[in-house]
This record gives sequence, structure tokens and C-alpha cells, in this order.
Amino acid sequence: MSGEAAVFARGLTRRFGDFTAVESLDLEVAGGEIFGFLGANGAGKTTAIRMLCGLLPPSGGEARVAGCRVGRDTGALKRRIGYMSQRFSLYEDLTVLENLEFFGGVYGLGRAELAARADELLPRLGLDAERGRLTGSLPLGYKQRLSLGCALAHRPRVLFLDEPTGGVDPVARRGFWDLIYEQAADGVTVFVTTHYMDEAEYCGRVSIMVQGRVVALDTPSGLKARTGGVDMQDVFLRLVDA
Amino acid sequence: MNAADGMSGAAIRVEGLRKSYGGRAAVRGLDLAVAPGRICGLIGPDGAGKTTTMRIVCGLLRPDAGVARVLGRDSAREPRAVRERLGYMPQRFSLYPDLTVAENLRFFADLFGVPASERVRREAELMEFSRLGPFRQRRAGQLSGGMKQKLALSCTLIHTPEVLVLDEPTTGVDPVSRREFWRILRELAGRGLALLVSTPYMDEAGLCDEVVLMHEGRAIARGTPDEVAATFPRRLLEVRGAGLPAALTILTTSPLPGVKVHRYGDRLHVVHDDAAQADEVARLLANAGVELHPVAPGIEDAFVELMAAPAGGEATP
Repeated sequence: MSGEAAVFARGLTRRFGDFTAVESLDLEVAGGEIFGFLGANGAGKTTAIRMLCGLLPPSGGEARVAGCRVGRDTGALKRRIGYMSQRFSLYEDLTVLENLEFFGGVYGLGRAELAARADELLPRLGLDAERGRLTGSLPLGYKQRLSLGCALAHRPRVLFLDEPTGGVDPVARRGFWDLIYEQAADGVTVFVTTHYMDEAEYCGRVSIMVQGRVVALDTPSGLKARTGGVDMQDVFLRLVDA
Repeated sequence: MNAADGMSGAAIRVEGLRKSYGGRAAVRGLDLAVAPGRICGLIGPDGAGKTTTMRIVCGLLRPDAGVARVLGRDSAREPRAVRERLGYMPQRFSLYPDLTVAENLRFFADLFGVPASERVRREAELMEFSRLGPFRQRRAGQLSGGMKQKLALSCTLIHTPEVLVLDEPTTGVDPVSRREFWRILRELAGRGLALLVSTPYMDEAGLCDEVVLMHEGRAIARGTPDEVAATFPRRLLEVRGAGLPAALTILTTSPLPGVKVHRYGDRLHVVHDDAAQADEVARLLANAGVELHPVAPGIEDAFVELMAAPAGGEATP
């Protein structure tokens, strides 16, 4: 994977009629990087991510995600990415293991492969003792880790996280991010969108989008130094309200 | 106007509140007081008991034990009297998406029996106050998330309540709209309203006059945001720089007793207790290519530390 960016976009653009939702997005995210993709409501984040996930064809420019050309290699692209949202869709009446097998199965993993992957993932997620438990009976922090496991079952190279830790306590949140750092250390690229700047603090680099354009892209420390903001919330307000 | 219960000056007063659902305790002995003109934040994760507490304050749910009073009235015994002087915005406030902004306001004015003579003036006031005036003919379903929340708040205020109870009003709202929303809350407090606001987000704690940190149905700390952050009994060193991965490896492969390391993106936070430990960390990282700075703990640091503490105790400054 050396040399080629895990997420690459040049001039990526999407118009809806006269409205330009994403205007000439340039982005280069390396393998194993944790990248925060921030912006106000309506700034174009969702449109950009839908393009990068192969759900929406671009109107212009080009992008490659995990080596696949966006808008062309759509089938391969979907197999190489994972997606997890705060509003995760686990099956409450399936056990932990069954959920993992279900989501892995959707991505075409065979029985033996699924069993091996579950044995590898469940201990890492701290869920090995819960494998036979009904998902509906788990505390929120556990569901969140299981949801991450389901997004990782098919060994994606790029993981998209949408407000992944909304609503959980800070201890569970830190535990969750430790898992994310482990994945990144294994080379998985993590692409995070969130409205919550305390989540943005966990990213290695962040971009901030305003009205379809990226107006800033740097490490959290770099952005604080540049804008004089004390934290990411402050940085965001200074850049977006400028 | 007698906005407070005579004894204490509190507009909202909660004492010894308990509530279980089936066998599961949602609130296990909570005390709380909010004075007129103050914003009190209930801060805690999902499942901490915030919503249950608020529903009891609003008279929508009866407590198993304890009492909630609003402007001196018991919410469980006189729910109607309480609701007349209280505005409640639940997590999923129901606006009518196919009605316009103005029509939604009119609907809630009907619901709360706002007299026709007051209605026009009140609507104009709320439109100006929420800056929704230019959108009064827009359907609620077509508003942005931030504007929907402002409209929901306006509907909650239509009957001129003296007490406001807002359950996670800024969830899903971007930082710019959130700041605008909090500006409005501050203005309401300035007019003498008492506000009880819940949020799972620690970074909103600093916007409240006082916060109650909730965990598993109990208050684990309370006070001004600074006072709560100051309950954190340990020290923090922030580690930054190009050598961060090397520094992390050093600190995790040769852990120091009593020292904890948390990673935050491009920084590490090293939790320690004294200067000797800080010196030891500095010595270990001398050649790692990083800078070390002492930093002040935040509410989240306090929360994490308090969660690890034995149950039952409450930190008060």
C-alpha cells in the first residue's frame, strides 16, 4: 500500500442542478491514518462521503479509495470499505456472534473464514465472554464495540465512522478509540465524520468543510496554533464563522 | 412574581429522587436545585438517568420515592399546575413537518391556550428572538437541524414558562448552530428563567452555570464547571511532536507505576500524581522527539476519574 494514498480525491465535485454541494475537493489520506472530516450541517460532508463510498457518482474530478476508482470499480470498492454509524443497525434478537457472522456473511465470507475472524475479533473487542449473549441485552458501550466489529468483519482497508461515540460515557469512548488506534496501527485507514469536536480531538489530522470546500486541513495541534483556538470547538467556530 | 419556593430560592428542587423500571434502577437518590436565572446541566452518558429525572420534574412520570418541585408545586401531585409554568422539550420534539414555521407556533399556542390577544405579540417576539422570522412561511420539514431545534424551543416557550426543561436539545446539531442555541439559552436565563438542560457531551458543560455529573442514576459530582474539573485529583502532562509513536511505545512498554497514558489523535495525555513522576516521564521521553506541557484537566478527565472511584460517594467542591 506504500506510495498510494488510501483515500485520494482531486477536483472531486458534485452538483445537484445549479447547486454545487461539493466543489473541487482535494484530499490525500495515507494508509493507517485517522482522518477527521468535519463541517457544519449542509457543508457537503455527507455528499462527499457518499461519493467516496461509491453510493453517489461524482459530477467531476476523480477519486480513489483503497485502490478502487470511485464511480468505476464500485463493487470492489464496497468490499474494501467498512461503515459504522452512531445509529448502528445491529440485530437485537441475535447473539453477539450471530451479528458478527451475519454482517461478515453479507460481505461474502465463508463459514470457516467467519469462525476464524470471530475468534480473532471478539477478544480484541473485549466481547469474547459475551459471544452467546443476546445483543439487545448489552450495555450501549458493548453494542458500539460489536458494531465496530461488524464493520471490520470483512477486513476493510478503509473504515468510515459517522459520529461513532455519541452518547457513551467517556471511559467507554476512550476504550473505543484505543480499538481504533489498534486498527490504524494494522494499516486500516479511518475516516471519521462528527459534529462533536471532542471526537475530532482523537483524529491525527482533520479537515473542515464550509459550503462545499475544504477551508482547513492539518493536525488538531496545527489548527489550534494557526487559528489561536484553545480546542477544536474553538478552532471550528473561528474557521466556519469567519 | 413569586418565581421561587420560599424556603430556598430554587425554581426546580429535587430531593431524594428514586425511580426503577421493573427491576432496573434508573435514578437512585438524586438531589438537585436550580435557581431562577441559572442554567443547570445534567451531564452524563445514555442510561445515566437524565431523561427519567426530567420526566419526573415535568410531572410526566411518578417517582418511586422523593419529590420534585417546580416553583414550589409537587410535580407528581399537581402536574397540570406545574406544566402551565414549565416548558419541556423532549429529545424527539414533534414538529409538524408539513406545517410552516408560523403554523407550528400557532398550533402550540392553541394547545397551551395562549389567549388570542397575546398570540400575535408572542409570535413576533419568538420569531425575532430565534431569528426564524425570515423563514416563517417555510415548512418545518425543510428547515436545517439547527433551525428545527430553534423552532422546537420557540414552541416550548409559547406559553411564557418560567422554567425550561430541555432534554439533549443539541444532539445532531453542528457546532455553529449549537453555539447559537446556547446563546439563546443564556438570554433566557438573563430574563430570569430557570433552565435544566441535559447533554451527553462534556464540552457543553462549560456553558452551564452549574453542572451535575450523572452516572448510573446518581450524581457523582456537582458544582460550577471549573469546580467539577478541579475535583480531578491528579495532574496531566500533554505530549506532542513528531516522535509521538515512539513516545507511546516507550510509555506502554515500560509502564511507570500509577501513571496512565491516553492517546488523543496527535497528542498523549499522561496522568500522574507528582513532580517525581513527571520528571521520570520527561527522562524516559528525553530522546523521543516530543515536547511535554502540563495541561489543566477538563470535565471529562474528572468524569473518568470519578467513574473509577468506588460507588456511593459524591465529589463536591
